[in-house]
Amino acid sequence: MRSLIPRLSFGRQPDFGVPRDPAPSRWRYRLQRLMLTPAFRLALRIGLPMVISASVTAAWLSVDGNRQAVLDGIEHAKRTIQQRPEFMVTTLEIDGAEPALDSAIRGYLPQELPVSSWDLDLVELRAGIRELTAVEDVVLRVRPGGTLAVHVTPRTPVAVWRNVDGLRLVDGSGVMTGMIRGRSDRADLPLIAGDGAREHIDEALALFAAAEPISARVRGLVRMGERRWDMVLDGGLRILLPTEQPVAALDRVLALNQAEEVLSRDIVAVDMRNGHRPTVRMSEPALVRVRRAQDETN
Amino acid sequence: MAQLYQTQRAMRNMRQAAMQRGVIAILDVGTSKIACLVLRFDADLRPVADGVGSMAGQSAFRVIGAATTRSRGVRFGEVAAMAETERAIRTAVQAAQKMAGVRVDHVIATLSGARPRSYGLAGEVEVEAGQVTGADIGRVLAACEMPDYGDGREVLHAQPVNFTLDHRSGLADPRGQIGQTLATDMHVLSVDATSIENLLFCIKRCDLELAGLASSAYVSGISSLVEDEQELGAACIDMGGGSTGISIFIRKHMIYADSVRMGGEHVTGDIAMGLQVPNATAERIKTFYGGVHATGMDDREMIEIGGDSGDWEKDRRTVSRAELIGIMRPRVEEILEEVRARLDAANFECLPSQQIVLTGGGSQIPGLDGLASRILGQQVRLGRPLRVQGLPQAATGPAFAGAVGLTLFAAHPQDEWWDFEIPAEGYSNRSLRRAFRWFKENW
Repeated sequence: MRSLIPRLSFGRQPDFGVPRDPAPSRWRYRLQRLMLTPAFRLALRIGLPMVISASVTAAWLSVDGNRQAVLDGIEHAKRTIQQRPEFMVTTLEIDGAEPALDSAIRGYLPQELPVSSWDLDLVELRAGIRELTAVEDVVLRVRPGGTLAVHVTPRTPVAVWRNVDGLRLVDGSGVMTGMIRGRSDRADLPLIAGDGAREHIDEALALFAAAEPISARVRGLVRMGERRWDMVLDGGLRILLPTEQPVAALDRVLALNQAEEVLSRDIVAVDMRNGHRPTVRMSEPALVRVRRAQDETN
Repeated sequence: MAQLYQTQRAMRNMRQAAMQRGVIAILDVGTSKIACLVLRFDADLRPVADGVGSMAGQSAFRVIGAATTRSRGVRFGEVAAMAETERAIRTAVQAAQKMAGVRVDHVIATLSGARPRSYGLAGEVEVEAGQVTGADIGRVLAACEMPDYGDGREVLHAQPVNFTLDHRSGLADPRGQIGQTLATDMHVLSVDATSIENLLFCIKRCDLELAGLASSAYVSGISSLVEDEQELGAACIDMGGGSTGISIFIRKHMIYADSVRMGGEHVTGDIAMGLQVPNATAERIKTFYGGVHATGMDDREMIEIGGDSGDWEKDRRTVSRAELIGIMRPRVEEILEEVRARLDAANFECLPSQQIVLTGGGSQIPGLDGLASRILGQQVRLGRPLRVQGLPQAATGPAFAGAVGLTLFAAHPQDEWWDFEIPAEGYSNRSLRRAFRWFKENW
């Protein structure tokens, strides 16, 4: 039986007898048409999720702590991979360097081992090591097995250069490779001196090679006025070489020496500066003796 | 005439613009049901198969959505309650859109009532250049004398059905032919403007745009008459719910249309009154047991008519089928008599072929063809609408003759003659042209 007290009823009252009207409401109809609009559907299907996800991400990232946490996480993951034993460098291997250079090179290489090969900047290390004057070239390589192999090509000194502040070793291209305390430390190398001597070391080496027959007597080469060489022999004997073709001039001196033993005479200098007029400067006593002999003959 | 030209031209442009969009809805606003079909036009007029052409544009579209709903607020094929009709249209359009999966913005609608009235117009002009050109066609259409069809009426269809060139009649397309005098016969169908406006307002309230309007009698004829019937002369009787449309075709053109303001709902009403049952029950009884020819068997077949009164005696009433037929038959006869009168008024008996095709939901009454042949003439058949691509099986019955015809109308409207420019009226233009012609001839 129906309740006699009228109740508040929400929603639609069932109206008996009238056939149900299936018509959509105006707004439902419009909504359906809107949903059938291709552009709207596309916006709803792609645009809306994108906007929502982007805004959520942006909101989350706007907190400093979250952003830091993300960066830390990335960094941690990176470290975890980089610190794997496969990537660790545990030993150093330096070849081609004498002990002094070796220790100098070690100063450039990482001090604390093991270190990840990701943290090694080989290019920078190589540039640092190449700054050492004694190193001509260096090849750095991380070998499988965790070895940092340093292959050093050291500069080989070819001459000793006497400077105001001491003796220095010079390689073939004129680069100083080190210092020595005394001449006797590297008696095997020829001695050069004077301003501009280093720049013309190849010429000096050619002269030393040419002076091979008298090598026992050669003390060294002195660059004179930054343009020509003086070869100094023992006893202060000097061979003054010209600017042009000094080797040919030296050869003439040697030939003269071979023929007439010029260099064994009591002379102070052989002046070859003028090729047409080689000149011999005798020592003071010899000159006196020559004068005296000339007087006696007269 | 200029106004007619402009409205026809505007309707044609509107429909073509809508068809350019690709999807268009067909809305058959009837008294008993509202049907909505969604068509997709592919603009693909290639022949369907070897030896089959584009089938008058039928191959260009496909029905992708179909829905039908019980009509509300429509009486005699005219909108009687705007809000109800609007809701019914919304229901049908929404369901069809849902089936099609696309949004529809343009509709072509048909209405069955609105008191259509046919006029035959004649126009005659001298051919200007010896050979008939498009401009001559425009002029001859403009030369037709418009009848006084009264205030508050609009021209729905205006189609030149025949061209005559110097006593040679029956030309379908006189362009290019040589002659002196070009005459045309035009068929104009006018309807009540208020009914159109009401329907237009309902459609507008549904956020839809009207892209065309057609008379239901005309489009039913297009879909139900086969090609030779349309060519030789036939009448299509569209027996709808609230009105019965009549259209006469010859040479593929409609030459007469009318409607009788009686239909299936009146039969239902008679049953409801005669048997004292609600309309819904009467409709059910009519569709299940209805007929127009009583036989001895029908006296013994008892129908439980029921009732919701709570009175046992009333709710257990039965009637014999013969009684039901006895109620239905006079009304159906009345409708057919009325149709007969309209056909007589249109001089239907003068046509070379007098085929009559019964279609529409009312034509499904068993035995109707026998009754109709007794009243209308010997050549009566029951017609079903043409099959179009993608039409659901449920929408292939004669009740959908209007809807299907409207799709054919959308694909192949017979108003292409309005593409020709009608000469602007005014003396100055003509005199200028004459001066120009004189100049051309004398130099």
